[in-house]
Amino acid sequence: MSNTTPGAQQPLLAPPAARPSGPRTAARSHAQTVRGLLIKIALLGIVDAIALFAMFILVMREQWLVFAIAAVVTVIINVIYLRPGRLPAKYLAPGVFFLAVFQIFVVGYSGYIAFTNYGDGHNSTKEDAIESIIANSLTRVPDSPTYRLTVVEQFGTYGFLVTDPDGETLLGTPEQPLEEVDAEEDSTGKAVSVAGWTSLGFGDLLANQSVVVDLSVPLSDDPNDGALRTPDGSSAYVYTSDLVYDESADSFTDTTGGEVYVDGGDGAFVNEAGRELQPGWKIDVGFENFQRAFTNEDIRGPLLSVTLWTFAFAILSVASTFVLGLFLAIVFNAPHMRGKKIYRVIMVLPYAFPGFLSALVFLGLFNEQFGFFNQVLLGGASIPWLTDPWLAKFSILFVNLWLGFPYMFLICTGALQSIPEELSEAATVDGAKPFAVFRLIKFPLLLVSVAPLLISSFAFNFNNFNLIYMLTGGGPRDIEAGVDAGATDILITLVYKVAFGEGTGRDYGLASAFAILIFLIVATVSIVSFRQTKALEELN
Amino acid sequence: MKVTSRSFTITGALAMSAIVLAGCTAPAGEPGEGSEEPQFEGSLTVWVDADRAGVLEDVAAAFEDERGVSVELVTKDFGAIRDEFITQAPTGNGPDIIVGAHDWLGKLVQNGVVSPLELGDKASEFQDVAVTAMSYEGQTYGLPYSVENIALVRNVDIAPEAPETFDDLIAAGQAAVAEGAAEYPFLVGLDPAAADPYHLYPLQASFGAPVFEITADGTYDPTTLALGNEGGEAFAVKLREWGQAGILNTNISGDIAREEFVAGKSGYFLTGPWNIPAISEGGINYAIDPIPTAGGETATPFVGVQGFYVSSESENQFAANEFLVNYIGTDEVQTALYEVGGRAPALLSAFEAAQSDADVAAFGAVGAEGVPMPNVPAMDVVWSDWGSTEVAIINGQGDPVELWRAMVESIQSKITG
Repeated sequence: MSNTTPGAQQPLLAPPAARPSGPRTAARSHAQTVRGLLIKIALLGIVDAIALFAMFILVMREQWLVFAIAAVVTVIINVIYLRPGRLPAKYLAPGVFFLAVFQIFVVGYSGYIAFTNYGDGHNSTKEDAIESIIANSLTRVPDSPTYRLTVVEQFGTYGFLVTDPDGETLLGTPEQPLEEVDAEEDSTGKAVSVAGWTSLGFGDLLANQSVVVDLSVPLSDDPNDGALRTPDGSSAYVYTSDLVYDESADSFTDTTGGEVYVDGGDGAFVNEAGRELQPGWKIDVGFENFQRAFTNEDIRGPLLSVTLWTFAFAILSVASTFVLGLFLAIVFNAPHMRGKKIYRVIMVLPYAFPGFLSALVFLGLFNEQFGFFNQVLLGGASIPWLTDPWLAKFSILFVNLWLGFPYMFLICTGALQSIPEELSEAATVDGAKPFAVFRLIKFPLLLVSVAPLLISSFAFNFNNFNLIYMLTGGGPRDIEAGVDAGATDILITLVYKVAFGEGTGRDYGLASAFAILIFLIVATVSIVSFRQTKALEELN
Repeated sequence: MKVTSRSFTITGALAMSAIVLAGCTAPAGEPGEGSEEPQFEGSLTVWVDADRAGVLEDVAAAFEDERGVSVELVTKDFGAIRDEFITQAPTGNGPDIIVGAHDWLGKLVQNGVVSPLELGDKASEFQDVAVTAMSYEGQTYGLPYSVENIALVRNVDIAPEAPETFDDLIAAGQAAVAEGAAEYPFLVGLDPAAADPYHLYPLQASFGAPVFEITADGTYDPTTLALGNEGGEAFAVKLREWGQAGILNTNISGDIAREEFVAGKSGYFLTGPWNIPAISEGGINYAIDPIPTAGGETATPFVGVQGFYVSSESENQFAANEFLVNYIGTDEVQTALYEVGGRAPALLSAFEAAQSDADVAAFGAVGAEGVPMPNVPAMDVVWSDWGSTEVAIINGQGDPVELWRAMVESIQSKITG
């Protein structure tokens, strides 16, 4: 009792290690804790400095929510590492942090996107959209002259001092239309300064450009004459706008036709005829994307055949790569074989190439007329590897086998080597034939460790977008049937076509909704399979 | 998940960077915040691809010297710029200027991320087609720097004379094949799944079938398809004929077509200036001709224009405008960009200087007849149906006219949503 209680107050390492070996080790050990403490303080200091800097910037940008999260996270990190004890938390904290940043946030964010109309045409906020519409609707009056310009300032009010093409000098502000003034001119006849006003140089202009670029100085009292604006600070042009924004009514009016565009509730300004102004903005749409996902004709039509092929593709890919990988693993695991290491390195090569690159190479090899397979291997045959619906399916599986077997080879080799030799020896002594040894002893033991990886491999192939997209693009398409889905389209590529290839273009909201639905399918399959593997484990 | 995760990761990474790294990724100096200070401390951020970055370094240095505004060049993969820009601009962390192709414009405007650019009197100093391409619904948005289009490249040793019509070309090409002087009557790079509507467009246009109706002010009306008119159907019938005669072959990809032409196996190759270096290195004695008409009207290719856009979220509109109009829009810079990229300059004076290169002059003459590739967002929807229908027709599936009509219907229904 008396030993343990005071010991807990002191650093854990020092007392037991120090006592038997005398003062020298004690000193070294003490130095170690001091050094560890210093390193800890330094690292924590760096983290805090970065966090503080980030928070400072977040305050400047008025990102209050992110600021609050950053502050809380920083405090938690400091508490975890400064308080003694809580060893598990110390180990887990970095992992949890990065898990949150790179996984949970991303998944959560796509979940959120599924409930918005984010996509082409709905890219930003309403304020940005209004600003863009106003800017885009300003058009320069055709054949209007260029006014040479000096931007002037008086008590915080900016004005335009311009020289019109006839050489007359005029001054105006956004409130006060252009009037003739007497001004000083430079050698080229351009008015450069006027009494009572300060002229802005290029540096001043740049410093105030966000204000100056929005200045609009009317030509006369009649707004239809247009207004002078400057895109560069040194020349001004006459602009008219055919769309006028009314802030109180939150609507745009077309000055040429008198049509009114109002916020139609779908994230865009729309007139009575249903014409939308571009751009719109991002809004929350509730379950609309999911509703569209289920009612979309281009999905519903080919859904059954595509789903069947997706499952077939994923299952056959896993099965074929596993069988080949396992076979090779057994062969190269044979104790008497020579040059095993070299063979193993060669086997792993397909795994080392980027998958999309291999797909592109195979695309060339499969060419009907010029490809290596037809030209060289089959002596000039013209087999439509990628343009016949069934051959294309076969080609996809073949390429995926080539791409996938090294992975299975690696994990099977590892699993085989972890099975103790004594087991098979014992079985042989009991009179079992080699195949029986494999089937009854090695294979079940192998499956215990490999089965979870097979399930994850299934999940990966279920969404193997790269391969399909690069090799066949989902084709060949039955053009006469009038559906977009091709013979090799899996769910994810079909969804890609629908969400990114129709109507206004890329529709991230719809794509996220689809992604969530596909996730549900994969999750269900995986959970069921994992249950099965557990049963397998208990069996052994 | 694969599809969407990239953009989510970008957005996610952006948002999280606020927690972790906000300070590190913020542009040097927040412009506009301290507007009381007379001294401007901001900088321009420009997204540019690796090829063009070198040229822009010099002009950026000049701009910094003369105007006191530093220009930060961020090198990006050209193909990734459009989507990343659309995602990042609304967050306020996007660049001030991007380099881009003109057919991105509709999408950029649709998303409200690009700001109109007033070229002022400078507009008349650029090729008309370049300024038109950089305009959308009557408003100019970008500063063009290059113009490119396809033309007919002819192997003079096999085909000594430029064909008047596409039928002449086929006759001459087939004669050359019969004599054994060539292996293919005609070459154009197609894709087994998507053909290549871009390369086949001049032939289609010669039947009087553009993609969209062209309105009175010379811009496209993205709601009215013109693909489906009689000319379009006549083109569909011809496609079938050419496919069966082996003039068009969807197994011949762009790479294969170039290889075979460089190997001297065909008299004609429908391609753009990007393949000229390979052809001349291959020792082919070539000439560049206008594309012969197939349907009677002029075979006008699509013209592609590249240029620079200003972000609508930029706090440095003046500096960006000044940099583009008065620095990028100059003779030296446009010429330098032409020299590094091989694309003809958009600025007239630089374009005329580049005429000393016979290839540029020849492609330019063909491009003068061309129309800008449509830059309306609806184009994204058009390409896929258009291409796969062309494949089906060329390869002899179904009735060409019916396929063509089904395609028009499908595109129309996707455009209207």
